[in-house]
Amino acid sequence: MAEVKEMKKVLFGPILDNNPIALQVLGVCSALAITTKLETALVMALALTTVTAFSSLFISMIRTQIPSSVRIIIQMTIIASLVIVVDQVLKAYSYEISKQLSVFVGLIITNCIVMGRAEAYAMKSPPFMSFLDGIGNGLGYSMVLIVIGTIKELFGFGTILGFEILPLIQNGGWYQGNGLLILPFSSFFLIGGLIWAIRTIRPEQVEPKE
Amino acid sequence: MSAKKETLGKTVGVVVAVCLVCSIIVSSAAVGLRSLQQTNAAIDKQSNIIEAAGLTEKAAGDIAGTFDKYVEERFVDLESGEYVEKPEDGYDMYKAAKEPEYSVKVEGSNVGFQQRASVASVYLVKDDAGDITRIILPVHGSGLWDLMYGLLAIDSDGNTIRELVYYQQKETPGLGGEVQNPSWKAKWNGKKLYKDGDVAIQVKKGENANNEFAVDALSGATLTSNGVQNTLTYWVGKNGYGPYLKNQTWKS
Repeated sequence: MAEVKEMKKVLFGPILDNNPIALQVLGVCSALAITTKLETALVMALALTTVTAFSSLFISMIRTQIPSSVRIIIQMTIIASLVIVVDQVLKAYSYEISKQLSVFVGLIITNCIVMGRAEAYAMKSPPFMSFLDGIGNGLGYSMVLIVIGTIKELFGFGTILGFEILPLIQNGGWYQGNGLLILPFSSFFLIGGLIWAIRTIRPEQVEPKE
Repeated sequence: MSAKKETLGKTVGVVVAVCLVCSIIVSSAAVGLRSLQQTNAAIDKQSNIIEAAGLTEKAAGDIAGTFDKYVEERFVDLESGEYVEKPEDGYDMYKAAKEPEYSVKVEGSNVGFQQRASVASVYLVKDDAGDITRIILPVHGSGLWDLMYGLLAIDSDGNTIRELVYYQQKETPGLGGEVQNPSWKAKWNGKKLYKDGDVAIQVKKGENANNEFAVDALSGATLTSNGVQNTLTYWVGKNGYGPYLKNQTWKS
């Protein structure tokens, strides 16, 4: 039973207790850029979760064979291959969204979450647990993206997933869209606010004063 | 980290093996999905043309079929305004603009690019009887951040605008990005390009909707609006489709 408990911790821990964006502060750049609409945020979250899970799995499978002098390069090679595959699949099956995500799918390669998990967890743990850890961290990233994406789309465009919730003045409604939220950098405030909220709920995450 | 796996031979071996496996996966994904991706890109382009043709409702999802039935692609030599044969298989006017043999220099315009193709593709939209109802002209020019690519649909009189559809732009969402807003796009319908043979169409702030030579500019997006203005002025002018529109080549 201890194992099940451990699995749960690995899988769901990163959502609140050890969130990759909020606590580890990794992968913030992509979270800033692609959260303007919820739909792109969802696809990005899915793509990143897939890549993190499988890269952790593969790296963990060959972890005993990886020479430590070139381990980062080997991790990069595996991650980059997976990202290209994801990009190709998106272009083939979800062309519209792949156009919106454009360079950001390619930038998953440099997303610190993927590298960070490969280096910090997959290099030391068995494949299945690494896979779960990848999914867990992907979920943590997704959680932040979904929250930010919902706030930005709802108050910036008055819609959620393209459905009109707050009718905009431009379209004859009453709601004046918040122009600031449409711009990528507004995620700075939102992510900052989110980190604050999480640390208020979980005070143990606050760093000790130096 | 045992010392054994740090030998040079082993390191090189692992690196080569990983690279080999990864390259096989990547190339098989690329090759296996290519045909689907190309279909997607073609349908995407056709659906923009169908939108500019005002046939979106009629198409009801069958983009390729509607395109084949009602739209014809022709090639126009921009200098003379006459139809010419397709210069080569897979000709693309935006790629051709980069090749010296197919392009000419753009001078005296602030449209935002230096070279344009000498032969442009135009799309003729026909009704069920085979009569031409609209002419769709690809246009592009710089906005605030980057080049904006669009399709200008003109009535068969060669003067009345029906649609201006931007399908590729990187303007600020909510401000310049409003070039794609349906209510702004609707303002173009019925506007005239030429007054006494000169280019008269204008994108102007606070313009009255009744002025048939001007469209109200986007609020908060002066530079994007100027970009639209420059794009149109250039492309319907004498260096763009001007000769083609003046000759009304499609009527002969």
